[in-house]
Order: sequence, then structure tokens, then C-alpha cells
Amino acid sequence: MISFLSHLISGINLGSVYAIIALGYSMVYGIAKMLNFAHGDVIMVGAYISFCASQYWGLPPVVGVVASVAVCTLLGITIEGLAYKPLRQAGSLAVLITAIGMSYFLQNAAQLIFGPNPVQFTSVVNFGSISLLGGQLKIRSETIVTIISGVIIMVALTWFTGKTRIGRAMRAVSEDKGAAQLMGINVNRTISTTFAIGSALAAIAGVLLCSNYNTLMPTTGSMPGIKAFTAAVFGGIGSIPGAMLGGILLGLIETFGKAYISSQLGDAIVFAVLIIVLLFKPTGLLGKQVREKV
Amino acid sequence: MKKKILRSYLITFGMVIVAFIFCQYFQGHGMSRTLKGQLIPICAYIVMALSLNLVVGVSGELSLGHAGFMSVGAFTGVIISGWLLNGFGVESTVMRLLLGILGGGLTAGIAGFLIGIPVLRLRGDYLAIVTLAFGEIIRNIINCIWISVDGKSLHFAVTNNVPGTVLVNGPQGAVKVARIATFPAGFVLVLFTLVVILNLVNSHPGRAIMAARDNRIAAESVGISVLKYKTMAFVTSAVLAGMAGALYGLSISTFDPSKFDFNTSINILVFVVLGGIGNMSGSIIAAAVLTILPEKLRAFSDYRMLAYAIVLILVMIATNSAQVRGLIAKFAPKKKSAVKGDDGNA
Repeated sequence: MISFLSHLISGINLGSVYAIIALGYSMVYGIAKMLNFAHGDVIMVGAYISFCASQYWGLPPVVGVVASVAVCTLLGITIEGLAYKPLRQAGSLAVLITAIGMSYFLQNAAQLIFGPNPVQFTSVVNFGSISLLGGQLKIRSETIVTIISGVIIMVALTWFTGKTRIGRAMRAVSEDKGAAQLMGINVNRTISTTFAIGSALAAIAGVLLCSNYNTLMPTTGSMPGIKAFTAAVFGGIGSIPGAMLGGILLGLIETFGKAYISSQLGDAIVFAVLIIVLLFKPTGLLGKQVREKV
Repeated sequence: MKKKILRSYLITFGMVIVAFIFCQYFQGHGMSRTLKGQLIPICAYIVMALSLNLVVGVSGELSLGHAGFMSVGAFTGVIISGWLLNGFGVESTVMRLLLGILGGGLTAGIAGFLIGIPVLRLRGDYLAIVTLAFGEIIRNIINCIWISVDGKSLHFAVTNNVPGTVLVNGPQGAVKVARIATFPAGFVLVLFTLVVILNLVNSHPGRAIMAARDNRIAAESVGISVLKYKTMAFVTSAVLAGMAGALYGLSISTFDPSKFDFNTSINILVFVVLGGIGNMSGSIIAAAVLTILPEKLRAFSDYRMLAYAIVLILVMIATNSAQVRGLIAKFAPKKKSAVKGDDGNA
């Protein structure tokens, strides 16, 4: 029972990280209709900035997190402006390959600067752990912060896209780019804003991910990136609650699969569940069923 | 129309044959050792690119797990070759290579059929993510399998105590592979792939596949079973990828399942897109050049992958951006018609 609870908590913890990354993926996909494979590497950049801030510049953790969010936001806008904007009218494969090129670029640039070996990442939260049930169940402070951040981000994004002017513009652009433009929405600026928000979330996810697992290397972001993409599809890509739900479920499936079925087959179980879900719900759990017009 | 097809056939086949004779000649006359070692992998990657082009270009579906089929083929090829040698005492390398490649194609084809049934019901990016998932599942499963040959029988296990000669050693992958693949065999496989794909494209099923790609609803309304023809393209592609995998696997002494991960799938997709989607000669050239290029760039050691990434982005922007195209048309008005026609769908 205790081990079940601790797996449950670590599953939700991992799931929250996936969910935060998946939110960025999903928003960008919803608005630009592109699979941004470089998203996973923005996570890695965010984590390295936070690492440098505490290791080399001696800044307090909070400042490091703020710095990494700021840098990643700028990075997201720059990537979008330099690499994706010229391809707005091009086919989706061309954009996909460009995103892959961008992902290679970020990974190799990080490898040149920081070297290929993993570095020790000091957690940004350090207020001990909470013991429950007479010390049998320990919850690390990182876990608490991760889960709380996930909930806050989810609520904030729901409010942002539902109530604010920019948020409504984002939804309009994702619904119909042409019509949104005719209504006086600046489509280019809206897309840039989406990339900025997605990248800021990626920075937070990167810091949380590395605080939980304590290692960081240039390829740190790629596997969580793929998993989060899977989570976004799982929940219904383009939908904010879907990304959150998909992320949490994916984290739970992975943790329980590794604990109770096979520790080596964890990834295979995650992907097998994804395939089965897509067979019965072809647009994901909370995705919209789009009717085809002839 | 017929004449045009014949001409493009002749150019493609001519190019491959000339390249083969050229390589054969230089193999004896001062080709560097690293390049010699790359000849068979280049053949394997060319076949991979051609077969992926059948799915992406001709059938119009994005597949991100093509390396999974390569992996299935590679391990099957190694197992068959090792089984024949240790269990049945078949010494003939040609026989073992042939059966290995055929077996690799068969198992990858079965895998392609099994995954194709659910996958091809999905559309667009959902299909892409499921193929990605499939590639990862294959890699993960082969990571936990031990296979050995003892006497005439094969042993499968999920732990490392298997009797006899070990062929597949869990996470370490295939070990002590007899390197029986040859460059001429690779060349024959490339020719075979070209014959299969070009014949398929210019046949009745091929036209049905392209009709389903261009407009699914219109194709269905004239009585084309979209699912059937898409499955046909997908399975053919999987078989060819499996054969390429077997060729590749039998050309290197040790390889592990992570050799065929998501990045390999992506690399093959890059060959297809840079070569021109749907353009078979383009895939051949791109696969050959982009396999040699990183080796040639070794002089720049640390910067080579960075340079590769930048070149990739610049080429995509230069060939696909509307602004850049407009610029080219402005400065070279004489070539305007050429620019217009050159949209990579030749």
C-alpha cells in the first residue's frame, strides 16, 4: 500500500513535468499546426541557464529560474522568427525538417559549450521533505513544487486563453487563421507570443525535471520532449486540459509500468497504451472530432 | 508519356550503375579505408530512403518510425545467418546473405502489416506519432531479448542464461556477427528496390495509391479502397526496409538496438525531404551524399554536426520559403519558368 502510494506520487510528479512540456507543444501545434521538435531542446537550454546561474554566477535559485525563463522566451521568439516564419506558407514536412535541424543545432551548440558529459544539477528547491503516515511515506520538496507548479500553470493558462485579449486572439488564430486576420488580429505577433509562452513553460519544465533527477546533459531534453509530444497527442493535441491530462496519465502509466510490469519495458508500455488509445479515440482523449466536408 | 517514364528510368538506373562501376574501380585504386567501410551502409541507407519515399512521397503519409523496420530486418538477418552457420553448417556466405535478407524482409513485412492495420486508419500527425511509438516499442523490446542457437534449435529468453552460441545479447544487441554482406550485394539490393518501387509507381495500384494521396475522398468515391492501397505501399516499404536492415546488420560486427532509434528514422526522413519528396533519384543522391558528408567533415570534428544542422535549416528555408523564391525569380528573370517548375515533385 505504501509502495503503491509512493509510486502514485512519483507518477504524478513525472506526469506534471510531462504536462508542462506538453502544454507548450500543444499550444504551438494548435496555433502554427507544426510539430516543434526543437521544444525538447529548449527544455535543456533552460536547465543549463539555471545551472550556470547557480554554479558559475553564484545567483540565488529564484533568480536563476527567472533568468532561464527569460532566456528561453527570447530563444523561442528568435527560433520562430529566424527558422519558422519564412516557412509559413511551405508544406508541413519542410517545417518539420527545419524544426529537427533546429533541435540538432541546439543540442550540438550545448555540447560545444558544456561538453557531452552529464553535469550535477543542484535542485532549486531545498526545504527538506515531508513525512506522512509516521515516516513511512516521504514526499520530497521537489515533488511538491512540481505538482503545485503544474496546477498553477494549468489554471493560469486556462484563464489566459479564455479571458484575456491575447488569449482569445490565440484561440481565434488556431481556429481559422484567415478569418482571424480579417478580424484585425495580428497573426504573426500572436504566433510569436505562443512560441514565447511555450518556451517559457519549457524553461520551467527543464528546471523542474533536472531538480528531480539531478543530472543534465545536452541530450537531456530529447526523450522527455518525445514523451511530452506523445502526452499531447494522447490527450488530444491542441487542447490545454488534454495536454495536462495526457501528461499526468503518461507519467502514471510509465511509473506503474516500470514498477509492476517490467522495469525495462516502461517506454514500450507507454507507447503501446498510446497506440491503443488512438485506435479507439483517433483524435486523443479530449480532442475534437473534426468532420470532413466534401 | 511512356517515353518520358522510360527516359527517367534510364537516367536513374544509369546513374546507379555508373556509380557502382566507379566505386568498384576506385576500391582497388586508392579509396580511403573509411570510405570503403561505408559503401555497404550507404547502399543500406539508399534502400531505406527509397522505401521511406514510397510512404512519404508516393503514399503521402508521414512515418517517423522507419528505423524500426530496419531494426527488425537487421536482427532477423543476423539470427538467420547465425542459425544457418551454427545449426546447419551452411558455409556459403551468398546463401546465408540471401536467406538473411529475404528473412529480414519477411519479418519486417509482417511487422509492417500488423502495425499498418491500425496506423493507416489514422490521419496526418496522429499517424506520424503512432509510427514513432512503434519504432520506440521495437527498440525497447529487442533490448530485453536474448537469442541463442544450440544444436539445430533457436532459444529465446528474457534473461541472459541461454544455452549455446549467443546471437542476440539483450541490450548489447547482436554480437560477433559474421560480416558476410558485400558491396555488390548492396548494389543488387538497390537495383531490386528501384525496380520494385518504379514498377509499383507506374502500375495500376501505384496510380491508385497516388490518387488516394491527392484526394482521399475523391479516390474513395471512384471506388478505390484507400485503406487497401495505403497498406500495400506501407507493407512494401516495410519489406524493403527490412532487407536494407539485414544488409546493414550483416556488414558490421556488433550493433545494439539503440542503433535504430528515433534519430535514425529522422535521418532517413531528412534524406527523403532533401532529395525531394517523391523523387527517387533525389533520395539516392541525398542518402549517399549525406552519409559520406559527416565523415568528410571530420576535420571540423566538434563543429561538424553544428554545421550540418545549420546547412539543413538554410537549405529548407532556401528551397521552401516564398520570399526566397520571389528573390530568385527577381534576380534571374530568364529562369523564371525553371524556378516555377522546380518544386521538388519531379
